[in-house]
Amino acid sequence: MNRVDLLTRSEAMARPASIAVRDISVTYPNGFTAVRDASFELGPGTICALVGVNGSGKSTIFKAIMGFVTPSAGQVQLCGLAVDKAVSMNIVAYVPQSEDVDWNFPVLVEDVVMMGRYGHMNLLRIPSNEDRRKVDEALDRVNMSAYRTRQIGELSGGQKKRVFLARALAQEGIIILLDEPFTGIDVTTESAIIDLLRELRDAGHLILVSTHNLGSVPDFCDQVVLLDRTVLAAGPTAETFTQENLERTFGGVLRNFELSGHALHEDDDARSLNVITDDERPLVFYGVKKNKKKEGRPDRKGGE
Amino acid sequence: MDPLAFLIEPFAYDFMQRALGMSLLVAAVCAVLSCYLVLKGWSLMGDAISHAVLPGIVIAFVLGIPLAVGAFVAGLACALLTGYLKYNSRVKEDTVMGIVFSGMFGIGLVLFTKVETDQHLNHILFGNVLGVTVGDLIETAIIAGGTLLVVLAKRRDLLLYCFDPNHARAIGLPVNVLHYGLLVLLSLTIVSSIKAVGIILVIAMLIAPGATAYILTDRFERMLVIAVAVACGSSVLGTLISFHINGATGACIVLVQAFAFLMVFLFAPKRGLWPITRLFGRGNGGSPDNVRSADAP
Repeated sequence: MNRVDLLTRSEAMARPASIAVRDISVTYPNGFTAVRDASFELGPGTICALVGVNGSGKSTIFKAIMGFVTPSAGQVQLCGLAVDKAVSMNIVAYVPQSEDVDWNFPVLVEDVVMMGRYGHMNLLRIPSNEDRRKVDEALDRVNMSAYRTRQIGELSGGQKKRVFLARALAQEGIIILLDEPFTGIDVTTESAIIDLLRELRDAGHLILVSTHNLGSVPDFCDQVVLLDRTVLAAGPTAETFTQENLERTFGGVLRNFELSGHALHEDDDARSLNVITDDERPLVFYGVKKNKKKEGRPDRKGGE
Repeated sequence: MDPLAFLIEPFAYDFMQRALGMSLLVAAVCAVLSCYLVLKGWSLMGDAISHAVLPGIVIAFVLGIPLAVGAFVAGLACALLTGYLKYNSRVKEDTVMGIVFSGMFGIGLVLFTKVETDQHLNHILFGNVLGVTVGDLIETAIIAGGTLLVVLAKRRDLLLYCFDPNHARAIGLPVNVLHYGLLVLLSLTIVSSIKAVGIILVIAMLIAPGATAYILTDRFERMLVIAVAVACGSSVLGTLISFHINGATGACIVLVQAFAFLMVFLFAPKRGLWPITRLFGRGNGGSPDNVRSADAP
């Protein structure tokens, strides 16, 4: 890499992280419009959840941010730069879904993390001492140094996820995209990953997480973007991640049941409990029951 | 028979020396490519391109240009046409590929019967390694050597492309260049192999060494080394066997490679069906949790 490139990259990295998606529509070659007129903006030091059912356009938004698809209308800017420019500067790091990875591939943990450095290397991809040091640091940070010479298929679900997170760290992208990071991992690993994401957020990273694990969203996401082939709502979690918006986002797809009255407590009062779940971690709203249509009878149709 | 004579005697002949040199060159370049094909799941692509070069060879003969050029253009056309048809229809890639390559192979056969050539169809289909000239050897060395050099220089990018194309794209690597680059390298490899093993048998050289190495190791660099070693060893042994039994050389090499794969599949230390370490009571390589051999190719 020549000096001009280094200069522009360091300049770019000095900018605060940001994603600006402005009125984008994405139409695939088969004519299917996956996303229409979607807009949202995110700034530095943010963890944002991208929430929607399958087919709502989560992965299309990811692809547009990484430049894999070109919007037929509107534009995406990363740190104020066009996507292609931002990508060539290694600004965006991507952590794939576990199902998208061939775990039998003959690569070791350290090989995968080193792949995060390729964009910083010369054309033959011969690692410098700095590259090796960044890989060591990244492995340390996710607590995977002890496993560095393991083949990736020999790891547990959470360890696998941490390896790819380490690759994103080694890449030093200030925008990190995580695709369904909590699928198939245990609660301990999930909270370890969330802790790490919070650290990165506090260091100024912008983290975008696509998830259908609704229960953990209010725990660690400051911002939420709700999708259903367009942006239904976007903003701070407390204001946006409401029962009303979620019902709009998920329609009849999720189990939604409400407990109140005698099912919940012996005495007569208006406290109620509302559970929204897709059978992973349920999202629970505690509140005062507003409409009395069901006369306190719990709806058990959805499960237990 | 005297074992030394078994090894030495055949190479007293010039044509056997050339045959051995040719098969070693082809084995090495095919073995390196086979590692990528096996990992990328492109075995059928190798088969398709190799069949599709036939019309290119015939047309090149008619036009009086080097046969290798015609073969290369036709092979690449097959790959590009497959990609185009897949992108513009709902049919899956393997189906499209099957139609394109069998169609092109058909065109090649029809053309061959209509055109007066000095080529033998059998030699094109199955190779004629015992008949190679010094000129053939030089041509193959240039094509195979150039291909090897490029693949080895860009082996890490190509590996990343096979492993995680999305990440490759996200860090700004030219994924399209890697994709088509790999197709071009594959076509060149096939072109360089035609004289030795022919367009039907080359696919074995493009799959077996990589598959054998894939079972034996978890590291890509070792996989490359093992694949080349298996392929070159098979070439030597196959050439020798063909001399002594007076059999088709290309077929003998392919048979030895298939046998090597079978042995590894059955007895590989870690993932074999009956790991050799367990058969001889050493180590615990055959512990029941090593069930990954089940999904090896």
